[in-house]
Amino acid sequence: MSTLVAPAEVEVSEPSIEEDWLEDRPWVVIVWNDPINLMSYVTLVFQKLFGFSLAKATKLMLQVHNEGKAVVSSGNREKSELDVARLHAHGLWATMQQD
Amino acid sequence: MLSRRNFQRKGDKVRLRLDVHERILLNELLDELERLLDDPDDPELRRLFPPAYSEPTDDEQYRSLVRDQLVSGRAKALVTVRETLVAETLDLEQADQWLRALNDMRLVLGTRWDVTEQLDYGQLDPNDPRDRELAVYGYLSWLQEQLVEALQPASGR
Repeated sequence: MSTLVAPAEVEVSEPSIEEDWLEDRPWVVIVWNDPINLMSYVTLVFQKLFGFSLAKATKLMLQVHNEGKAVVSSGNREKSELDVARLHAHGLWATMQQD
Repeated sequence: MLSRRNFQRKGDKVRLRLDVHERILLNELLDELERLLDDPDDPELRRLFPPAYSEPTDDEQYRSLVRDQLVSGRAKALVTVRETLVAETLDLEQADQWLRALNDMRLVLGTRWDVTEQLDYGQLDPNDPRDRELAVYGYLSWLQEQLVEALQPASGR
């Protein structure tokens, strides 16, 4: 798209709207499969950290095991960082990214 | 060795049964992990401190925020295990620290020898130093599996 003259205000305001929108997108915490952590241990950590029932924790653990990863929590950046740190404290391989 | 239970849940306690060789082995592993934790950037510890973000600048920031806390939490678990190595029972908080310390030991050995899910313990050669450590890894897995079972929320009922 080409124009000869673009109003300066538009040029300035556009990126900030974009940034606000990016900031507001929720974050997700992902646990990745690894060959070391025991399946039973991963299930117990999910129960302990997130208050999941044994059934829900087992289902998520199996998703990690079979599909290679699973989303275990979501929220704002601060909450997600805390969740990742708690998972790291328990030796799980967790990362976070924007949805 | 595998027929005896090392951890058994009794109400809000966990009974601990280890013979002298097991205690000596765990003591050596505690020493080693404590030494390694002096330098959290040691590549052998990479699974203990994985990245949170794929973006390096974000991850740098995350590390500067949580690294010290992750190190001190791990060191605390090692101290608890050391202090209760000859105990007959653990309370649930101590047992949780044991669980995390055992997992950290496994993460270090598993990373060092690049273990896979298909590890075949029947094929290990006792004269090979790598295989000896893999046998230790297998033993720690057995210990941890029992402790997970003892700590399942339903176990205390």
